[in-house]
Amino acid sequence: MSSPEVYFNLKRLSRAEIFYIIIKNILIMNFIHPPEFKGLTRHKKIEKGPLPERVVLTLSQHTGAPSEPVVKVGDIVQTGTLIAQAKGFISSNLHSSVSGKVVAIENALHPVIGGFKAIVIQSDGQDNNAFLVSYRDGLDLSREEIIDIVKDAGIVGLGGAGFPTHVKLSPPPGKKIDTLIINGAECEPYLSCDHRLMLEKPKEIIAGIYLIAKALGVNNVIVGIEENKLDAIENLGSALFMVKDIGVKVKVIRLKTRYPQGGEKQLIKTLLNREVPSGGLPFEVGCVVNNVQTVFAIYEAVCFRKPLYERVITIAGSFLAKPKNVLARIGTSIKDLLEFCGFNASSNSDIYKIVMGGPMTGISQYSLDTPIIKGTSGILVMDRRFKVGDEISCIRCSRCISSCPAGLMPCMIGNGVKFNRSDIVASFNPLDCIECGACSYVCPSNIPLVQLIKLAKAMVKA
Amino acid sequence: MNNLTVSPAPHIKSGLTTQRIMWIVILALLPAGLAGVYIFGIRSLKVIFISIISCILSEAIFLKFRQRDTRIILDGSAILTGLILAYNLPPEVPFWIPVVGGAVSIIIGKQLFGGLGHNIFNPALVGRAFLQISWPVYMTTWKNPRWVLDAVSSATPLAKEKAVNFSYMDLFLGNHGGCIGEVCILMLLIGALILIFTNIISFHIPASFIGTVVVLTWIFGGDGFFKGDFVFHLLAGGLVLGAFFMATDYVTCPLTNKGKLIFGIGCGILTSLIRLKGSYPEGVSYAILFMNAMVPLIDRYTKTRIYGISKT
Repeated sequence: MSSPEVYFNLKRLSRAEIFYIIIKNILIMNFIHPPEFKGLTRHKKIEKGPLPERVVLTLSQHTGAPSEPVVKVGDIVQTGTLIAQAKGFISSNLHSSVSGKVVAIENALHPVIGGFKAIVIQSDGQDNNAFLVSYRDGLDLSREEIIDIVKDAGIVGLGGAGFPTHVKLSPPPGKKIDTLIINGAECEPYLSCDHRLMLEKPKEIIAGIYLIAKALGVNNVIVGIEENKLDAIENLGSALFMVKDIGVKVKVIRLKTRYPQGGEKQLIKTLLNREVPSGGLPFEVGCVVNNVQTVFAIYEAVCFRKPLYERVITIAGSFLAKPKNVLARIGTSIKDLLEFCGFNASSNSDIYKIVMGGPMTGISQYSLDTPIIKGTSGILVMDRRFKVGDEISCIRCSRCISSCPAGLMPCMIGNGVKFNRSDIVASFNPLDCIECGACSYVCPSNIPLVQLIKLAKAMVKA
Repeated sequence: MNNLTVSPAPHIKSGLTTQRIMWIVILALLPAGLAGVYIFGIRSLKVIFISIISCILSEAIFLKFRQRDTRIILDGSAILTGLILAYNLPPEVPFWIPVVGGAVSIIIGKQLFGGLGHNIFNPALVGRAFLQISWPVYMTTWKNPRWVLDAVSSATPLAKEKAVNFSYMDLFLGNHGGCIGEVCILMLLIGALILIFTNIISFHIPASFIGTVVVLTWIFGGDGFFKGDFVFHLLAGGLVLGAFFMATDYVTCPLTNKGKLIFGIGCGILTSLIRLKGSYPEGVSYAILFMNAMVPLIDRYTKTRIYGISKT
């Protein structure tokens, strides 16, 4: 299959080490194992999505300052034309995802924050590219050039948080980065878009890894993939032989399938046994974590000068004739994408919930006109079976504590919030919560613990 | 199409609800109860039913009184309290004893503190302690197994001077006088395995509780050091019932694993102290009640270690 240099099935352990791991697993569980539901889409090839008639490109697609429009109503744009510029360092460029005419710059629906100013573009159906499609090997570029290209292409973290990637690629001076971690865990149930990308574009991902490694100046790269995606591990491992070797050591590591294995901090702990200090960034323990989709976007940006205007998302759930992995244009509405998957809104009256993102951290939407943004990894249609029961009193079962990957005590934070005691709340460090949803998932009393912790964060910050 | 529901993440749930947890515990307790009914006769079944009905009625009346939704009684916690209370009663008690015990358990032990999740003490043990202090004669009138000829007025093995009358096998299978639910260790262990394998309880409290009692009775239980009959102390009395089913009550035990170990060790020390030095032969229930009072203190000093915060 592949040599041990590229594919580690975890190194051989001595008996004492195995015993230690078993004991540790019993004592500190700190992860949960939700059912995966990935079978719906994991064998579905990535399909090119519909070319929407109208796209809504919200100006806040990322963490940081919103971008500033550089087009006016009435301007003609091509696919990939810059339409809004980064404002400040932690911000990102935005490009048109269709060719056509800017028809409005107005407040529109936003999947995460409800509503925000957006650029609306009416498509002319031509899909003319504004960028040159011709391959160039990016390996002769200097690190500054790579970072500039990434910045110009408007690439943000595609795992969900949308942190601008060029910021990640330029660590503050004095911080030595020794390891690049590529996140292929995809621990959220239902989602399989990263999985499909690793299966279908392994060489491109390896090339992208080389580019990021070059930009960061690191020689040591670890790709972490959960063991429910063995085929992806195999594919990436064998692709390593087919891509030109530039002296970067890449290891593909098989991870236990558990949630939230793909959380940035949890991945670093699992792979390197380092803990990012409370309130800090991965820089501080010498690593940078990037999602596989981001890696692929960087490859496309450097080798084809293609800005980030489309991404792979998983569309799954009830009422869909054909659940799919779709290469969708940013700004396409949920309705267009669902119709592409054989969904008929008028004939499905008992649809319960539409979630953007995974079922653990995704955000439920109230309108089918909401557009997808760069950080959207999936659209899930849920029926009434997913109705959450009524909340009752906490019975102190401590399941939330044993499931918390950050080692917090969610029930105590929740109680503190309910009694409005900011002193108690602060003593349980709610700011270290990564909002993965594991506590709410396991809570037998249906207490919305993540919500309460979000309130606790506001209480502590205030 | 109708309106979409908007709710906070996560949108999927584990499916294990409080109600299901209660029913699994009740299920795990059933084998021991069946063994008790088999050993002491059908009268103990009546005691169990009266106790459960008393608990449910008290809960319903009190919820009505507090103007709460009375459907909460369906969560199974009142049934569980009634069942555990009955398991702690001798089989020959007058029928009004479980009635009073159930009412005291639910009203004083649970509802006055604010209902499910808010009580400090294990409700069933509050009821038992109340009965024990108020009507000690009824609570210590034991009955032999129904196949023994002189039926009434045998003491439990723990109360006897020496354990010569009982083989370990008799103790393990429950062939001796005692409370309804505590006598058959075999059936209790089957229930305990159900709880541990369904992940309802962790091993921390039972292991540290039983382990401490075994060690202490082994060291101090005999005529000299390290001569105590710890197997006897393990099998006689309510240690197994207490350690697996009463000390592990979620509401009244500490939250963290470290706290649970401390709680179990504390229960073990107090049980051994009462059994070996006290005037009362059985110490499990008072030990658990005493340690219940310590839980807020234990919780305060056994917080979890948070990711990214160094131990210093």
